[in-house]
Amino acid sequence: MTISTNLVYFIALPLFSSGLLLLLGRKADKWGHIFATLVSASVFIIGVIEFFAMQSREGEARAATQKLFEWISVGSFQVDAGLLLDQLSICFVLLISGVGTLIHIYSIAYMSHDRDRRRFFAYLNLFIAAMLLLVLGDSYLNLYVGWEGVGLASYLLIGFWNEKPAYAAAAKKAFVANRVGDVGLSLAIMIAFTQFGTVTFAGVKEGASGASAGALTAIGAMLLLAAAGKSAQFPLQSWLGDAMAGPTPVSALIHAATMVTAGVYLITRSNFIFDASPTAQLMVVIVGAITLLFGALIGTAKDDIKKALAASTMSQIGYMILATGLGPIGYAFAIMHLITHGFFKAGLFLGAGSVMHGMNDEVNMRRYGALRKVMPITAATFGLGYLAILGVPPFAGFYSKDKIIETAFDSGGIQGILLGIITLLGAGITAFYMTRVMVLTFTGTKRWDEKARPHESPFLMWAPMAALAVGSVASGFLLNSGSALVNWLQPVVNENQEYHSEHLLPPIVVSIMALTVVAIGVAIAVIKYRTVPVVAPENVLGITKAARKDLYQDSFNEAIFMRPGQKLTAGLVNTDYKVVDGLVRLVGWVVQISASNLRNIQNGYVRSYALIMVLGVIALIAAVWMVTL
Amino acid sequence: MDISNYIYLSAILFTIGAIGVVVRRNAIVVFMCIELMLNAANLAFVTFSRIHGNLAGQVTSFFTMVVAACEVVVGLAIIVAIYRSRRSASVDDASLLKR
Repeated sequence: MTISTNLVYFIALPLFSSGLLLLLGRKADKWGHIFATLVSASVFIIGVIEFFAMQSREGEARAATQKLFEWISVGSFQVDAGLLLDQLSICFVLLISGVGTLIHIYSIAYMSHDRDRRRFFAYLNLFIAAMLLLVLGDSYLNLYVGWEGVGLASYLLIGFWNEKPAYAAAAKKAFVANRVGDVGLSLAIMIAFTQFGTVTFAGVKEGASGASAGALTAIGAMLLLAAAGKSAQFPLQSWLGDAMAGPTPVSALIHAATMVTAGVYLITRSNFIFDASPTAQLMVVIVGAITLLFGALIGTAKDDIKKALAASTMSQIGYMILATGLGPIGYAFAIMHLITHGFFKAGLFLGAGSVMHGMNDEVNMRRYGALRKVMPITAATFGLGYLAILGVPPFAGFYSKDKIIETAFDSGGIQGILLGIITLLGAGITAFYMTRVMVLTFTGTKRWDEKARPHESPFLMWAPMAALAVGSVASGFLLNSGSALVNWLQPVVNENQEYHSEHLLPPIVVSIMALTVVAIGVAIAVIKYRTVPVVAPENVLGITKAARKDLYQDSFNEAIFMRPGQKLTAGLVNTDYKVVDGLVRLVGWVVQISASNLRNIQNGYVRSYALIMVLGVIALIAAVWMVTL
Repeated sequence: MDISNYIYLSAILFTIGAIGVVVRRNAIVVFMCIELMLNAANLAFVTFSRIHGNLAGQVTSFFTMVVAACEVVVGLAIIVAIYRSRRSASVDDASLLKR
């Protein structure tokens, strides 16, 4: 371990900038966006410097730590606020700050007409700070602070246009769904503390080797719940679609660089727990597999371009979660897919934002069409992202997704074959819905609104898109050449170097199968969407109808959790009103009634007072007399 | 003569006074009944003083007389004031505190 003093700037800079912009208010309107972007860029630069510094060190010394201060010191519970920058964190730091900076630049132009642009940038920086704290914390408790910070920042950003009630509700929904996951994380931390007496990653790792299987499974399950909340995995995925209420750069930020990747990070960081508990791993795999198909199916039916991409994110994160459940080798591929996905999904979202920018904020893809000619740059960058997400060689997604499919097949037995088929199927459906988005938006006939005057977006918007497109093209090859990322992450996620080299199917066969499935998906979409009705047809298959409604996840949540929850709270309120308040009111009522009766004694007649006094004295004497007898 | 007869007399006088206070309406009569109760108490004090063979009870009865004298002054003044303002010496008419 190397002791570093620079790590704190990763968090302090964006946090300071965010606070400054919020406190200065309108005074910072003129330069706030520039300042925030520069801060984000400087964080990225520090990240790059740290990355090279890290490369110059070898072995154990690569990871750097910084103790900030003694945070909690209660009896045996000792937690320091400390930061840890190791091979895993640096990947996230670079992704978060790099893609984050590009999104900052894009937002300068995208939000230029919004009077609250400064506030938006303050929130963006807050998001970056929280996310960096999440990936840099050296204990679960520090991670938890970042975790909650991300939840807060996402709430603020999704509900940025909170003057619209639907958007404010979407922000609330995201927050509540995240809270469910947060409960999982806090429970995991508590179990870890009771079991191991510490919550630092190093301490838990040490303790995990001697812990009981039950405890590890419990921690794993709770961590998975947390990951499901943040990463929009089944069964907590319903917030993701509604989170599109935020401005498009927010969607890009949430979906590519931050937030949803937190769950993958959490599981990867906790690899020592999952590796020791096959049950927890199996749960992770199942959740990943379900979400992968779930998201892909929803993606096929959405007409809202952002919601289609959101469903796609859900599905792609499903791939990553699935990979993290596949043991030591899976973590590296999950992170690889996470990084490549960070590039192409951010590019796709920014592309979608660019299209919306040119089309008067129209999001319905059925009102697009033939935008290729008026938005050539957007079409090109979007197209590169599209090829990347499809997994067409040599684009980024090919390397990362194929590895996951391969690993799924290699995981052995029936499970392996099943997972392999699911991941292949997911790839096919991905090809279908992404081609659908592509065809509906950029090719075919014009189905524009009469008022629409589509135009190419300004330089500040297309430049980040172009940068991300470059990443979508090259990142997969770079990360995969000579197993660069796998070797880089090996000290963190795979200390024992358990690579099993036997393949169920040779990699080339898997690639061919994947490409075939993708080709089929593309072909179906191209044929099906040669003509596109402006109004979505009603006479469609049941599955399409279900997918349009997010596979009834909202209805399910409403029926199973929300309505009974409402009934429960209504019942509790009623109980509170009738029983608790009732008792209080009863006391008051008794006092009131007895007082109004006792008041009759005070009738103002001296003689009756005298009589009462006499009777009282007689009673007193009688009482004394009785006692003394 | 049995000394306890004084106590019986004192008790009877006190009871007559107490009943008079409760049943009579005329303020002057009520006032006299109170005097009667005070003097019944005095009688009891003196008797007890005699029984116990010390002077404490007799001294107390002097105090009672002084207090009674003061009370007569103040009480009569009040009764006269009420009579002047209300043209009545009935204690039941002076029941304004109820409201």
